[in-house]
Amino acid sequence: MFFSVARMHIPDGFLSTMVALILWVISIAVIAVSLRRVGRDLGEHQVPLMGVLAAAIFAGQMLNFSITGGTSGHLLGAALATSLMGPWAAIIIMTCVVSIQALIFQDGGLLALGANLFNMAIIGVSVSYLVYSSIKNISRGKTWGIFVGGFLAAWFSVMIASLGCALELALSGTSPANIAVPAMGGIHFLIGIGEGLLTVGALAFLYSARRDLLHLDQPAPAGNKIVWVGGLIIAGLLVMLSPLASAHPDGLEWVAEQKGFLDAAREPVYNLIPDYIFPGISNEAMATIVAGFAGLFLVFGVALAVALLRRTKKG
Amino acid sequence: MHIHYLDPYHPGTSPVHILDPRIKLVLALAYILTTALTPIAAWPIYILLYSIILSVEIISQLGVWPILKRAALALPFILAALPVIFTVGESSLFTIQIGSLNVTGYTEGFERFISVALKSWLSIQAAIVLAVSTSFPDLLKAMRFIHIPRLLVAIFGLMWRYLFVLVDEALRLMRARAARSGISPESEYKAGGKLTWRACVTGGMTGNLFLRAYERSDRIYMAMLSRGYDGEIRAQSVAPVNPVSWMMLGFGLFAMISLLFFGLIFWG
Repeated sequence: MFFSVARMHIPDGFLSTMVALILWVISIAVIAVSLRRVGRDLGEHQVPLMGVLAAAIFAGQMLNFSITGGTSGHLLGAALATSLMGPWAAIIIMTCVVSIQALIFQDGGLLALGANLFNMAIIGVSVSYLVYSSIKNISRGKTWGIFVGGFLAAWFSVMIASLGCALELALSGTSPANIAVPAMGGIHFLIGIGEGLLTVGALAFLYSARRDLLHLDQPAPAGNKIVWVGGLIIAGLLVMLSPLASAHPDGLEWVAEQKGFLDAAREPVYNLIPDYIFPGISNEAMATIVAGFAGLFLVFGVALAVALLRRTKKG
Repeated sequence: MHIHYLDPYHPGTSPVHILDPRIKLVLALAYILTTALTPIAAWPIYILLYSIILSVEIISQLGVWPILKRAALALPFILAALPVIFTVGESSLFTIQIGSLNVTGYTEGFERFISVALKSWLSIQAAIVLAVSTSFPDLLKAMRFIHIPRLLVAIFGLMWRYLFVLVDEALRLMRARAARSGISPESEYKAGGKLTWRACVTGGMTGNLFLRAYERSDRIYMAMLSRGYDGEIRAQSVAPVNPVSWMMLGFGLFAMISLLFFGLIFWG
């Protein structure tokens, strides 16, 4: 039942338009930069490699293992893509996966796609890169660095992306922070462990089959520093903000109200049906029912008219 | 076993199928944006929005029921908005007693919850109609029309082309695993390992899939090179949008803007 919640693909309707649009702008900017960087690194290889690997991550999300009582875990993929392909390519790969899920399979909304891209492609990848490259550096090219780095990168990326998701919902006034943050965080604490184990399994396979793909003793390209810093800023902000927001949910609501993020309860310019009562009927309950029926008839009237019109056209 | 059934596209000849995909994409996005901007508790506007999408569904001859079933996909997420009933607002609507705890539901919170649920339900129907009535190549054309970078559109196109191949490959991996995971009737042989073991095996399969895809992309690149690929994305030029389609777009946008206008004036 928690499947969709757990996968943090936010459907349309759950984010206020302001939050959705701001995250769209950020996502578009980051994706544009990534496209240019990947184009410079891969050249003509870019289109086939990115396309097929995005398809592979999508297909890889179908590989599941049973956990208990009918629930099953599967990969999300940001950490795996980051550790194998580097952060910029991983952003493009995750962008393709998340966009196709939204556009074709309605897994996540279209207006909310900007936020979903931000959570899964941008937060997921930059936090993965922050953790993975740091631990790889500490281990100085030793094997354990890859596996520990892979596990922690996967766990942190899922965890912090879920905090981002919870705060976006709270900022939209859809889900109070003191409930959304612990709930999302709690579920993703466990999902992150699954993600970590899957990532380690995949890295172990590649370690024995194609060690060259793991770039063991190559230093990271200089241009990746900015992703590292970005990941640090995002992770730091979300880790600090989440407990604050859940301790003082009113504070976040206040910020939201101040910035006009919430659809503030302004006075309507003119009340067509005052207090949702149909004009001309004195009994309140009766009037509400009548108003409801009027709406119902409107919908079915339109539907019926359309259906009839089609029939006469055919005949 | 093939996985073509994943593709939601249903070919058809209805006006919704025939409508220029570029116009369809813009109208679907406009509908979702209108729904998002509609104020909370503007019930008549929601009813009008539903009658729009319902008539489109009837015209498209895709069947209202299959679309409703698909729309249930977004339902579980509604749980995330449920607590809002108990935290937002002043005038209490109902009180539930859980043990020694009195939980009060507020009218404002309830209205917000219902509005969010309706918005999400209306928006997902527009997205479903778009995906079900438009073939993927047409969607790619529409993406170029709204100025998504050509390179990204090309990557989307290639991803789609190999998606089903790789999903088939993933299903073969799963079948291979199932074939090797028999349970022995003799009790001394235990089937399968612990949870960590199962997760790591599945991870290995994912790595396997990734490697196959990586090597496949090399072969695809070679095949593209041998057919004259030089890194430049060339796309067939697309016919300009015809006047009737422009009119459809204008009419649709006008209807949604006026709905939004009324919604903001009366309930904003």
